[in-house]
Amino acid sequence: MPRPIDRTSVAGKEFPATDHLQLVVLGAGPAGVAAAVEAARLGLRVMLVDEHPVASALMGIDVPWMFGERMTASVQNQPRMLERIVAARPELEQAFEVGVDVRLGVYVWAAFVTGPTSRALPCRMLALADETQSWLIGFDRLVVAAGARDLAVAFPGWDRPGVMGAQGFAAAIGLYGAFAGRRVVVLGAGVTGLRCVQQAREAGIEVAAVVDVAAAAHEEFATHGVTVHSGCAVRGVEGGAEVEGISIVPVGGGAAVTIACDTIVSALDTVPNVEMFDLLGCAMAFRPEWGGHVPVTDADGRCSVDGIYAAGDCAGIGDAEPRDPALAASSGREAARAAARDAGFAAPAPARTIRTHGGDREARRRHWLQVHAGPAAALTICRCEDVTLRDLLGVRPPRYLSYDDAKFAGRDVRTLAGDGPVNQDQVKRLTRAGMGPCQGRRCREQVQTLLAMQGNQPSGSVPMPSYRAPLRPLPLSVLSAHDESAALRANWTGWFGIAPQWLPHWEKVPENPEYWGGRIFLDAAK
Amino acid sequence: MSGHVVVIGGGVTGLSTAWWLRREGVAVTLVERGIVGWEASGRNGGGATHAYSPLFREEQRLWPMMDELLGYPTEYQPQRIRIALDPAQLEQYWRVTNLAVQQGFRAEALDAHALKELVPWVPDSVAGGLLWHFGGHANPQRTVQAYAWAIEDLGGTILQHTAVTGFDLRGDKVVAVQTDQGPLGCDAVVIAAGPHTAQLAAMVGVTVPIAPARAEMIVTEPLPLIRHGGADGNGLYGRQTLRGNLAYGGGPHEWLELPDARTPKAVNSPVVRSLARRLHELFPKVAHARVIRSWAGVVENTPDGRPILDRLDAPANLVIATMSSVGFGLSPASGRAIMQLVTQGRCDFADLSQLTLSRFAGLPTDWQARNGWVPWSPDGAEGERGPARADAAGPLSASGQAQAHS
Repeated sequence: MPRPIDRTSVAGKEFPATDHLQLVVLGAGPAGVAAAVEAARLGLRVMLVDEHPVASALMGIDVPWMFGERMTASVQNQPRMLERIVAARPELEQAFEVGVDVRLGVYVWAAFVTGPTSRALPCRMLALADETQSWLIGFDRLVVAAGARDLAVAFPGWDRPGVMGAQGFAAAIGLYGAFAGRRVVVLGAGVTGLRCVQQAREAGIEVAAVVDVAAAAHEEFATHGVTVHSGCAVRGVEGGAEVEGISIVPVGGGAAVTIACDTIVSALDTVPNVEMFDLLGCAMAFRPEWGGHVPVTDADGRCSVDGIYAAGDCAGIGDAEPRDPALAASSGREAARAAARDAGFAAPAPARTIRTHGGDREARRRHWLQVHAGPAAALTICRCEDVTLRDLLGVRPPRYLSYDDAKFAGRDVRTLAGDGPVNQDQVKRLTRAGMGPCQGRRCREQVQTLLAMQGNQPSGSVPMPSYRAPLRPLPLSVLSAHDESAALRANWTGWFGIAPQWLPHWEKVPENPEYWGGRIFLDAAK
Repeated sequence: MSGHVVVIGGGVTGLSTAWWLRREGVAVTLVERGIVGWEASGRNGGGATHAYSPLFREEQRLWPMMDELLGYPTEYQPQRIRIALDPAQLEQYWRVTNLAVQQGFRAEALDAHALKELVPWVPDSVAGGLLWHFGGHANPQRTVQAYAWAIEDLGGTILQHTAVTGFDLRGDKVVAVQTDQGPLGCDAVVIAAGPHTAQLAAMVGVTVPIAPARAEMIVTEPLPLIRHGGADGNGLYGRQTLRGNLAYGGGPHEWLELPDARTPKAVNSPVVRSLARRLHELFPKVAHARVIRSWAGVVENTPDGRPILDRLDAPANLVIATMSSVGFGLSPASGRAIMQLVTQGRCDFADLSQLTLSRFAGLPTDWQARNGWVPWSPDGAEGERGPARADAAGPLSASGQAQAHS
């Protein structure tokens, strides 16, 4: 006898996939390309997916990096950008040669795997999209080589066009060749800032100065002959619609100095891009010496979810080590070998990755926020939702609501903490910090740090807010399931389709128990 | 009533119950395993329009007052619009509308022109719509916290991160609720723990037939506000929030099994693409609106989809409360009804006679399986399915080129 199936449920529904890959590699940086090439050489059927060139509309809201509206109009020419990116990543040639299915300009916006709340899925699936449509592919294994994201930290004027992140700056110069500025001030005198200075110098862009609240700067700045203002805070960004300069002031007090520039590169740090791991349900840990939340892996990059591997910067960024593409490539190869062996292919044993640790990166972030956010309750923390520091720490409702201010006088993050550990997702729901179109990219780390600081807790005590699909903001028309199965469409109900639930309460539930679960509205809801 | 009531479950039903009890001056402690409003109560469509429910009138009476009564904003907005893309949908929405009209509420038909004036995003081919001068919607996340803060303002106690481990019975009464933080003496108990209500009730020998399931929603970036944000149709429920986001759900759910007292993190499924398709069909003029989030939540359903709001005969001081997957909008009324069940044994403003637990006395034990309300997997296998291995039996992938490495 066949199992009874609730036709209005997902049971038995098909989700058409255009392909099924033994291995998908997410991200075509050095780690991802090396992983894809190695896996293809070992005999796996591999797809390598990378989102670049991303739509200029996404760049406009700082997705995936803080581009700060400093990209030239050439980024609107996607075919040209595609050529540019292939040229900027010569190692892709190898991937084409060994038969990797390379997809550039394609977003991986979700992953669906079976788990306690998802058993009916026909197979593990990835959701992909380009600028016009989305589709699904099946996969067995996934190497995530999603790289690093910009760390956003607030200072007066950080929300102005012309303020960008270190990753956005690097991409504007290198990957896209589309940087619209000429003279930059770099914020952050550590390794990230140093890399920005090196990149700027190589591209012939003038570095007016480097600024950091910390008293000590990385020693290598001296070899570049760049002016470093250590122990200084940002007082404000000069200019009208465009950045014309930055005003800085010694942390301990003193005379302000204005430095002329057209772009400010916020380069205090970068953070591992871990959104896909969280979506997949991988165990995560907060490791400030590796840049923040990272997936828990074994020495070969295996995550806690079977068949998921981490490679390159997204697995954790050691602050002390140079950003050597060869190191990233090596971690990609090792993840590919681990994946190949797990899949039953003959492959060399992965060589254990040696990673050096950096200092306490969180202490630097706290110092920055203490200096800038401490005295400025009106400082914007979440740009999408216009949430100030005062709103955030006072758990105030958003501006579009009127509310009784007196009611909130006795309520803040500390009183919330009295009822249990502060949870960033809860604060997000109340204040909307992190709820906007940039999907929290410009505030989630600093909100975590600020909440922990307010409660005198280590930053790791604040649980990581969840990442949600779609991992990139994508239009309805693109996400739309053009390939939806006929059965799914025919059996669609607004809510469960339990017939007596929708009958007026004065009508008795029909006696026939088989009627339970029936679908009275189905025929109408085509 | 004098004495101390323990409310188990910090979802919206438990929160409202505790708040109403405090308003009546009853000493109350609400026990929540995690954070208040964290599960489905804080993640739903926010609808406040349930014409089929015996609590409908009270729902409609209370919502316009809730901001003032609670002292915190809920983002409640009155009125709803149903949009029909074809005549069949229009007929369906009329059926629901007539339930409210029969109860004295007012609705008006909107032709395509009038509908486009109110909701400019609908397709040119729209069949028509209905404007309900009743019902509404609110922000679930803000509302659950408003209840919690209002309870505290009235001197009630909320214990978060506290799990119930058992009950002490004396005679036919529960005299204490055992928790992992220690015992709580009580004169009455309300179990309003959503999908976990059955597990908790089983601790006192009471069988509550409910089946948990996962449902999901999508959210877009903010759009300019339309006049009545509570506009939905095309098999979707949802609203434009006061911030401007479109938040819509519907479509296939997934029946689950909850192995323990913890609600597992509810994931989304490829159904999010079907939600996007339906929303795109409903509002083609904003096809460019970017989806920025999706959610899922776990809800419970009774066999007939109707709530159980019942003060039991044994234990005589226990109230069982499940809203059968439709809890948020009805919460102002359900909490008041449950408060009355606790304090006076009966509800004086609504007929709850259809909502007793005893109606399921003759239920076959395999009712879930009979309806297909059980976890389902393509191969009938239990547990998670990992990735394929080349050395495993059967085809590895669509390409079948597994062993090319030799």
